[in-house]
This record gives sequence, C-alpha cells and structure tokens, in this order.
Amino acid sequence: MKLFCRLPILVLIFSVSSIGAEMITVAPEYEERYEDILEELRCLVCQNQTVAESSSDLANDLRVEVKEMLERGSSDQEILDFMSDRYGDFVLYRPPVKSHTLLLWIGPFLFLVGGVIIAIAMIRKRSKSIPADTLNEQDKQRLQNLLHTDDQEDR
Amino acid sequence: MIRYILPAVIFLLLTGFLFVGLYKDPSLVPSPLIGKPVPTFATGTLKDPEKIITNKDIQGEYALVNVWATWCAACKQEHAALVYLAEELNVPIYGLNYKDHRESAMQWLVQYGDPYVANIFDENGRIAIDFGVYGAPETFLIDKNGIIRHKLVGIMTADVWRDQFVPKIEQMTPSAAK
Repeated sequence: MKLFCRLPILVLIFSVSSIGAEMITVAPEYEERYEDILEELRCLVCQNQTVAESSSDLANDLRVEVKEMLERGSSDQEILDFMSDRYGDFVLYRPPVKSHTLLLWIGPFLFLVGGVIIAIAMIRKRSKSIPADTLNEQDKQRLQNLLHTDDQEDR
Repeated sequence: MIRYILPAVIFLLLTGFLFVGLYKDPSLVPSPLIGKPVPTFATGTLKDPEKIITNKDIQGEYALVNVWATWCAACKQEHAALVYLAEELNVPIYGLNYKDHRESAMQWLVQYGDPYVANIFDENGRIAIDFGVYGAPETFLIDKNGIIRHKLVGIMTADVWRDQFVPKIEQMTPSAAK
C-alpha cells in the first residue's frame, strides 16, 4: 500500500526533473563525458540541483558552454577549472582538498574515530563495573543448591 | 565528571555553529574573481551595436560594472539608487545588459533614467559567465588597474553603498576619498 502512495510522487519528481533539461544535442562521441561533467556541476541558481537537472536559464547557458568546450577539444579537467575559476569551488559537487575544505573532507573520519574511542571507553568501563567473581565458596554452594532445587521442581 | 561536561560542550558547539548559520545567506557564493582582472570581452554596446566596447574601456580611478536586465524585477528596485550614484556622486557605472532585448532595454533607460557611461550588450549571457554572474542584479567594483575589488549580489541601496563600497573606494583612492 505504501508503495502505491509513493509511486505517483516518484513519477512526479522524475517527470519534473526531466522537463528541466532543455534539449541540447551533443555529438554521440561527447555524450558520455557531457553527462558526467554536468553531474559534477552545481547550479548556482537552485543550489541543490546539478547543472544537468536544473531548468534555470543559467544552467542552460552553462550546458551550452560545456558542450562547446567539448567540441573545441577541452579536457574534462579544463572544463571544471573553467567553471571554478568563474564561480568558485562551490560550483563543484566534489570540492578539491584545500586548507579550507580539509575539515569537510576529514570531518566524517574524525567523527568516526571519536565514536570508536567513546565506544571503547564505555565498553571498558562497563566491563570493569561488573566484578567478575564476588561469590565466595559458601555463596556458590547456595547458588548451586538453589538452581538445583529449581530444576527438580520444574520436572 | 567528564560524562556531564562533554555532552554539554558538544551541545554548545553545535548550537554555536547553528546560531552563526542563522545569519548567513546560503545563496551568497564568494566570487573567486575578487582580486583578479576584469575578464576580457569585446562586443557591441547597447545603444550602438557597431560601437565596440572592451574590458579596456572600463577606466577611471574606480568604476562599477552593474549587471541588469529588463526582466529582472530587483533591477528595477535598485535603478533609482544607480541613477542617484551617477548623477549626484558622479560614480562611473558601466552596465552589463544581461540576456535582454535591445529595444526593451533602451526603452527602460529612457523611462527610468540612464545612469550608465556605456552598456555592454550581452545578448546570450556569455560575457556574464566570464564575470561569474549567477543572478541579476550584481555590481562589481573595479579599481584603476582594472582589478575587481568587490562584488555585490543583490540590490544596491544607500546602506550597501555606504557600508560596502565607500570603505573599499577610500582604500583604493586615498586622494579621492569623500
């Protein structure tokens, strides 16, 4: 049932995003690179969309620019550099590792290491707080007797 | 003790970041062009397609390059401020008419006043891409060596002029400071 409720929403989402891309025809030999590059670029008008998805005017202009650069024989890296020279690293969905993006890149690993340290500390503490062996011989005997009687009663 | 302090510290840090984030505009993208020369271009002006304007024509102690279009509602809002700057303070403003129709743009200047020294007519938006334009209006501050010193994304107002542009202009041209 849930699936049936969600299906129309999914259909809607996909149909909307396909309206966005105004048809720009790229020669077949460039097509794959063209698609890949557009997926790497953020549209600055609607920031959570790629240039491939966005229907904004600017995204369309950038698609034309990418197409023409491919036709002029630019490499993928040259095209991405062209974009980041004008719009900054923000335009790249995968920002380069630089001093001010370092936290962005290693942040998740810091959290992971922190989490592991906390987990280890907690596990150690917990295993210490439960004393392994506190029963003396007499208590053990009583325990055995109790368990034993329980057993017999059950049967 | 640390088990009480640590979560509190983490909480405060997180709240701090979120609080600062409240006052930041996520749509503002820092321009990598600040400190770089004006991109090279050569194209016809708005009023005369035969007359070629290039990046070398943007000269003076300082100058503004204002990106505008008749389809841009916010441009209409800031237009009076630009006219004031040009007429009352003699600020040299170059227009970059962005993806517009020549007739409607010229009509606009007749109707609302023309603050521009000249207008770069960028019909297909290619020059704007070189300027890293992502939304009109935008205003660039250019120094006498043709270096971009500041970029405003959004509407020019008296406050913006006083707070963002005047201090930078005073820095660039100590003699011409008003």
